[in-house]
Amino acid sequence: MKPTDLGAPDYLHKVVDCQWACPAHTPVPEYIRLIAAGRYADAYAINWRSNVFPGILGRVCDRPCEPACRRGRVEEQPVAICRLKRVAADLKGDITDRLPQPPQQTNGKRIACIGAGPASMTVARDLAVLGYSVTVFDSGKSAGGMMRSQIPKFRLPDAIIDEECGYIEGLGVEVRLDHWIGSLRDMLAGGWDAVFVGTGAPRGRDADLPGRQEAAPNIHLGIDWLANVAFGHTTSIGRRVLVLGGGNTAMDCCRSARRLGGEDVQVVVRSGFDEMKASPWEKEEAIHEGIPIHNFLVPVEFVHDNGRLTGVRFEKVRAEYDAKGRRNLVPTGEPAVLMPCDDVLVAIGQENSFPWIERDIGVEFDRWGMPVLDAKTLQSTRPNVFFGGDAAFGPKNIITAVAQGHEAAISIDRFCHGQDVAIRPSPLTNLVSQKMGIHEWSYANDVSEDRRRKMPVRDLPATLGDVRLELELGFDVELACKEAARCLNCDVATVFTPRVCIECDACVDICPSECITFTADGEEADLRQRLKAPANNTEQSLYVADGLKTGRIMVKDENVCVHCGMCSERCPTGAWDMQKFALHVAHAGAEVTPA
Amino acid sequence: MTYLAKPKLLRADTPRNALGYTRRDYEGAISTLCAGCGHDSISASIVQACFDLDIEPHRVAKLSGIGCSSKTPDYFLGNSHGFNSVHGRMPSVLTGAALANRTLLYLGVSGDGDSASIGIGQFAHAMRRGVNMTYIVENNGVYGLTKGQFSATADKGSKNKKGVVNADSPIDLAALALQLGATYVARSFSGDKEQLVPLIKGALHHRGPAFIDVISPCVTFNNHTGSTKSYDYVREHNAAVNRLDVILPKAQIEASYPPGSLRRVVQHDGSILHLRKVGVDYDPSDRIGAMNHLQERHALGEIVTGLLYVDSSGDDMHAHLNTVEKPLNQLGDAYLCPGSSALAALNASLR
Repeated sequence: MKPTDLGAPDYLHKVVDCQWACPAHTPVPEYIRLIAAGRYADAYAINWRSNVFPGILGRVCDRPCEPACRRGRVEEQPVAICRLKRVAADLKGDITDRLPQPPQQTNGKRIACIGAGPASMTVARDLAVLGYSVTVFDSGKSAGGMMRSQIPKFRLPDAIIDEECGYIEGLGVEVRLDHWIGSLRDMLAGGWDAVFVGTGAPRGRDADLPGRQEAAPNIHLGIDWLANVAFGHTTSIGRRVLVLGGGNTAMDCCRSARRLGGEDVQVVVRSGFDEMKASPWEKEEAIHEGIPIHNFLVPVEFVHDNGRLTGVRFEKVRAEYDAKGRRNLVPTGEPAVLMPCDDVLVAIGQENSFPWIERDIGVEFDRWGMPVLDAKTLQSTRPNVFFGGDAAFGPKNIITAVAQGHEAAISIDRFCHGQDVAIRPSPLTNLVSQKMGIHEWSYANDVSEDRRRKMPVRDLPATLGDVRLELELGFDVELACKEAARCLNCDVATVFTPRVCIECDACVDICPSECITFTADGEEADLRQRLKAPANNTEQSLYVADGLKTGRIMVKDENVCVHCGMCSERCPTGAWDMQKFALHVAHAGAEVTPA
Repeated sequence: MTYLAKPKLLRADTPRNALGYTRRDYEGAISTLCAGCGHDSISASIVQACFDLDIEPHRVAKLSGIGCSSKTPDYFLGNSHGFNSVHGRMPSVLTGAALANRTLLYLGVSGDGDSASIGIGQFAHAMRRGVNMTYIVENNGVYGLTKGQFSATADKGSKNKKGVVNADSPIDLAALALQLGATYVARSFSGDKEQLVPLIKGALHHRGPAFIDVISPCVTFNNHTGSTKSYDYVREHNAAVNRLDVILPKAQIEASYPPGSLRRVVQHDGSILHLRKVGVDYDPSDRIGAMNHLQERHALGEIVTGLLYVDSSGDDMHAHLNTVEKPLNQLGDAYLCPGSSALAALNASLR
């Protein structure tokens, strides 16, 4: 096999599973160590640089990092990364002196961001500190976009959104609220140097079934209904509520309904339980709140009594998979099921909608009505118009919107300076030994055997009585320290120097996860089978080094390494060393290193 | 030096043997030897051999004397019986234990100081008595615990760390074992587990005295240029006579070998030793030939490794002494101590 090049930009980054999985590549282990050290403000600052909304994301992030967490492969449960992020936000104290100051003089460039959601606000932040005059337009009464209108207050209180959007406004970003943009043409006529479209995916998909029109007063589109709840326009719902759909919006709908008087709230999903789009923890929480989830039921009719909704009829289906593994839902032929209800919440998807963008101004759309964009630069076919967040490639999540905001900000900055947008600045990386002395490292290499901590929550009766009362209490310092200790420090990489290895096997013998092998070279598939423990997870790399005296190679399966540093402690010649790999993705203004 | 204990976290696909144990279940406490010590590799090889052979840990008794090597039984088979005896006295304590209970697997672990200096008499007599045991010498050629003086197995002419040349003749424990009647004699190298693990497995399945001399470099005091027991020197001068595969009676034999390259030896318990020829034509059933080969190659500066001699037809001490099959602790008080009348009758029969 080809020897591994640790200098290749992605190799060690991939070993840090959480950071690799995070769309914004937040340096997770680094901030978890800071939390363990009680340096909450520092931990917050690292998060703030990467993901802009640590307090918000610490509550409601989709957490792509957690399923990726190495801990889930060597034990049962990943580290509660998201909850630890919240700890940093909760305990940070005053961090205003850490925030960057915008330059005294602006650079004369004017940028418009349409929509005040996470993508736009990220663009605004990244560009404001570089001296741009950024104006954010939003039709709502406060900044935050979907974070404010879609996420129930019992999960994300307004104060958190106010605080974190406030930090961005404090950088001199002008946020024009209550301002509806009805035409991109008119907007562009305003002489902006660049326009960023971060308007989200604002339209809920409807269930166009018999009875929909007649029973309309009791059939609500999930995202519109959630917005009405968020802004206090809707304060009650019928006793019996059916929620159609299996995504996170459906979970927010059912849990909100439960708090607004819905005593008998049930979720009905077309797919099976495991295939539901909702995050596992959101499903769990719904079930915990006494909300049953019914699967494999396709709605066929809204049943009404002269316009008064009385129930929904469902057809039972089962999943069949064709030769290509595609799923088809096939009717089982069993009799239809009628579920009585007073209200229905339809949460079966969101769509983009750009009625305000004229089709003749150079911004091209594809046949699905989505803007034609460069996936990397997020530039549209009209060079001074950029997209990001749900508006770019359809509904995803906040952290993806933030990541796209960063990329769009880089593009806008380069565009405004007349530079090639396609050339991207590379991330800042560093690799430094963590050795402090004999058997002494600058990170805690004593691997915790503790299990994941449960998030303390308020009493169910109390929280079910108030739709604005935050359910989760957050980790206290003790819980945070114990949970932080579970982090395996995957960014502290095992670095091998074959030249000084005497092949004594000490590392092989001591490795608790049996991931090091010295053996004859071979092809990867063959090697994977003849290691000390077979390396069957092909998504994880093999670290291969040659140049040993016996002509063998060193192979380390990155899959289950717990980064305990025992190989380095046992190495008599220092051939193994634990070195911290730092990677900070480039943001707008970063220099491009010449190739 | 203190080390962290290994974390107990186990990967989901950790290999398990027929008893459901992982390799980790055959480990002991964390080693306190110097980082890179060959002894740790031997401990790991013993762990691997016992794991592969599905040995129940409580059926093993591990005994040792004094020295770096003799500390190692603490670092493997943490769930087995152990006895750390007086310096050089492991063989007699083990002999006594074996007489009292022949149903256990006896593993004696010793070093070149423990077996070739203070305990050489004990070593010699355990071999010639035919004690049914696996006797492993972790041979590094120096007294590590007392800071690296030459031991009795250090080669004449080899240099110590300070550059002093050894003037004394070495004791070759494998050659002694051959001469003294051991029925399974091997030499190996701690840095070559592919060779060592099967040799330990074969020894554990051998009836009678099985002796393995394992060259085990001392990274702290004997791993320099001029040493003949360094990693580099042993790798450069290793003259293996064969490669061993141990096939258990229940296992299917899948491997195929070209004709003439393989020698099969069936041991008492039905286990089969497959000896693959390496280089020279070597006959591991020829004791005198083995002794000659050792001497010839040693004169050339080579270190002969592999299974040097095996005789699976010999008897062990229990046969010589006609000992009872059952462990003494299962015989019961009345049987073990038949009373004064039985003693009187015995005495009378001898008058």
